[in-house]
Amino acid sequence: MKFATFGRGGVHPDDRKGLSKDKKIEKLPFPDELIVSMSQHLGAPATPLKKKGDRVERGEVIGSASSYVSSPVHSPADGVVVDVRKVRVPSGAVADALVIKCDETQSDGFKEEFDWKKESPESLLETVKSLGIVGMGGATFPTAVKLSIPMGKKVDALIINGVECEPYLTSDYRLMMERPEEILEGIMAASRIISTSNIIIGIEANKMDAVELLSSLSEKKGYPIKVQPLKMKYPQGDEKQLIKAILNREVPSGKLPLDVGAVVCNIGTTYAIYEAVKFHKPLIERVCTVSGESVNEPKNVFAPIGTKFSDLIAYAGGAKDDLVSLIAGGPMMGFAVADPDTPMVKGSGGVLMLPKMLDDVSFPCVLCGKCVEHCPMGLMPNRMFRNIKYGNYQAAMDLGLMDCKECGCCAYTCPSHLPLVQGFKLGKKLGRMKK
Amino acid sequence: MMRVSSSPHIHGSLRTDKAMLFVIAALLPSALWGIWAFGIRALAVLLVSIASAVVVEYLLGLVSKEFTIRDWSAIVTGLLVGMNMPPSVPLFIPVIASAFAIAVVKWTFGGLGCNWMNPALAGRVFVFFSFSSEMSAFTLPRVFGVNAVASATPLSAMKTAATAGGIGRSTELLTLPVTDFALSLGDKLGISPYAVDAFFGNVGGCIGEVSSLLLLVGGIFLIATHIITWHIPVFYIGSFAILSWLFGGVPYGLGVFHGEILLPIFSGGLMLGAFFMATDWVTTPTTRNGQIIFAVGCGFFTFLIRYFGSLPEGVSLAIILMNIVSPTIERFVKVKPFGYVKSKKEAKA
Repeated sequence: MKFATFGRGGVHPDDRKGLSKDKKIEKLPFPDELIVSMSQHLGAPATPLKKKGDRVERGEVIGSASSYVSSPVHSPADGVVVDVRKVRVPSGAVADALVIKCDETQSDGFKEEFDWKKESPESLLETVKSLGIVGMGGATFPTAVKLSIPMGKKVDALIINGVECEPYLTSDYRLMMERPEEILEGIMAASRIISTSNIIIGIEANKMDAVELLSSLSEKKGYPIKVQPLKMKYPQGDEKQLIKAILNREVPSGKLPLDVGAVVCNIGTTYAIYEAVKFHKPLIERVCTVSGESVNEPKNVFAPIGTKFSDLIAYAGGAKDDLVSLIAGGPMMGFAVADPDTPMVKGSGGVLMLPKMLDDVSFPCVLCGKCVEHCPMGLMPNRMFRNIKYGNYQAAMDLGLMDCKECGCCAYTCPSHLPLVQGFKLGKKLGRMKK
Repeated sequence: MMRVSSSPHIHGSLRTDKAMLFVIAALLPSALWGIWAFGIRALAVLLVSIASAVVVEYLLGLVSKEFTIRDWSAIVTGLLVGMNMPPSVPLFIPVIASAFAIAVVKWTFGGLGCNWMNPALAGRVFVFFSFSSEMSAFTLPRVFGVNAVASATPLSAMKTAATAGGIGRSTELLTLPVTDFALSLGDKLGISPYAVDAFFGNVGGCIGEVSSLLLLVGGIFLIATHIITWHIPVFYIGSFAILSWLFGGVPYGLGVFHGEILLPIFSGGLMLGAFFMATDWVTTPTTRNGQIIFAVGCGFFTFLIRYFGSLPEGVSLAIILMNIVSPTIERFVKVKPFGYVKSKKEAKA
């Protein structure tokens, strides 16, 4: 079997997936309270439709999409809205949220099966849109927008992202191992929407069992789905790097995968698409890896959206004493959160409890060029950082600051431990303001 | 309350101060060989160089209120200065060299990361031109007898032969002492016995530069630990070797394509320079292509000075010259960002 990868840059962090790799997905019992943010996705936040005191049913729309790049939000449980307030979501942004007190007994819905193969691509797309499916790899781009191919564009490849290159995270891996048939069916539904039969699943070499399982099952079922094993390299799970690795096409700067004829979908998303088209179930729960060196029992849990991190931690046996930081997402691109009551959103693939991982030392930049060598986007982080440090945002943007996707390869390798990614996040914000 | 910081939340193992320690470790085999070969005198030179570098760094720290000794860079500079000294050098010379390296070349420009030429090399070149006779007096290593006498290095002997109008290969031109081992091995492999001695370190020269073998071991260690990449050493030594082969015979009346390769590579400071000085993070370009241009430039100037200049050795000057050019290389040699192929061409069209 030939292993593909992208050419330039990238790093090889220790994957640490062993902590939760063999833990079966467990269903989290409904917590007492859910905090459902209206900003679950990239784009405009949803508009809340319920107010304090209203009853909600599991799967009912509680927030409506407010623009084209937006997505509706559904209630993850039966219960009562006890509060509408501002909360801080994992990314650090503040958004409106409904606090739902869950009922003791929950209805057991979404059992009725629908035959999606009889539906037209347009109505499937409408289903995906109205049920609030968004990209579950972290960026949470509304899936319906991704799957609507504008006039004049041609898509000849559907790439399924099973890379999961972030260390620790195993939620996509567990889904592939435990629900392979469902995932393949979800992929077929997605391919029907964009009408392409060139479908490739990309999976890294540390998940060879998933490669074998999916490829043999796809063959058995007669699906036109190929599985492409990939060499391990971070950030291969990024759309642009994955398209480069599998199709050897470079997405031009500032453009979308559509512009090179590809659509990329994450494994978790295909599972959500499956549930949406087969059972008309909205995206109200997802698999989340609870892992890290500072948690007692690392787990993969199927949890309702809006579950507080503290509930997940309690379910995973609580945190150890050496806990220093709580990360929403993976350790390379995830967000450190201050408050353990921060709620899960649709993009939360993992919650990590880490002991002290960074030594607080820093040296001046020694121009070693490691950041240049490892930048997958071919940028010069050292020069961009220097320009940002001295307030020269325009010069940094001329060097390609806006192409930076904050993957963290530069900061990971920097021997002087400079806060490069932090600088770029700041530089982008201030640079946009100056413009 | 949890600790909040920007991503990434994990970090690779590379760290500037640890990298400095690794460089010291990689230099040690060659330095120890120098001490064994040239005796206690060589040890004294090394210690004086290191001590003066550290003391100067500390004193300047008192002025700038920034104590940077803990990053180990002063010790690396001091060690490199010492390794670039002839074993019999008067002890005040390494003191001046180290002080110049730390105070003038590094500190005045802003300390670690801001110097625009390699401090150790700048220190060596400064004292080389200030005290040229002391800096050119070499002794033979211990293998040739306890009373190791003043002697020529292979490079200076070659230079003398060239100025005298000698014609022929090094084996015909030179009358340097040779070990029996080198004679038999050179005979077996069909190469110059001088090259064999230079490879194993049985020649006169600076303390740290004589054993090409041990420098190679140290260099491979640095490559294996990802502190340097293979590009600069390979392109430096490679370009120098090709130029030597092409034109190295010309000053000896042999015409093109008849130059020697092994002896020039193994003698002088080429190995030390290519693996430890030309790969200095601070004073070399950061892009891969820039590094290759830099390395080829080093090879070219080393060749030019050694064969057509008035000095026998050109490694330190060549590297310093390219250090000066390095910011210019950095300015013009850029990397092509991901996804810039079409859009740029379209914009121009």
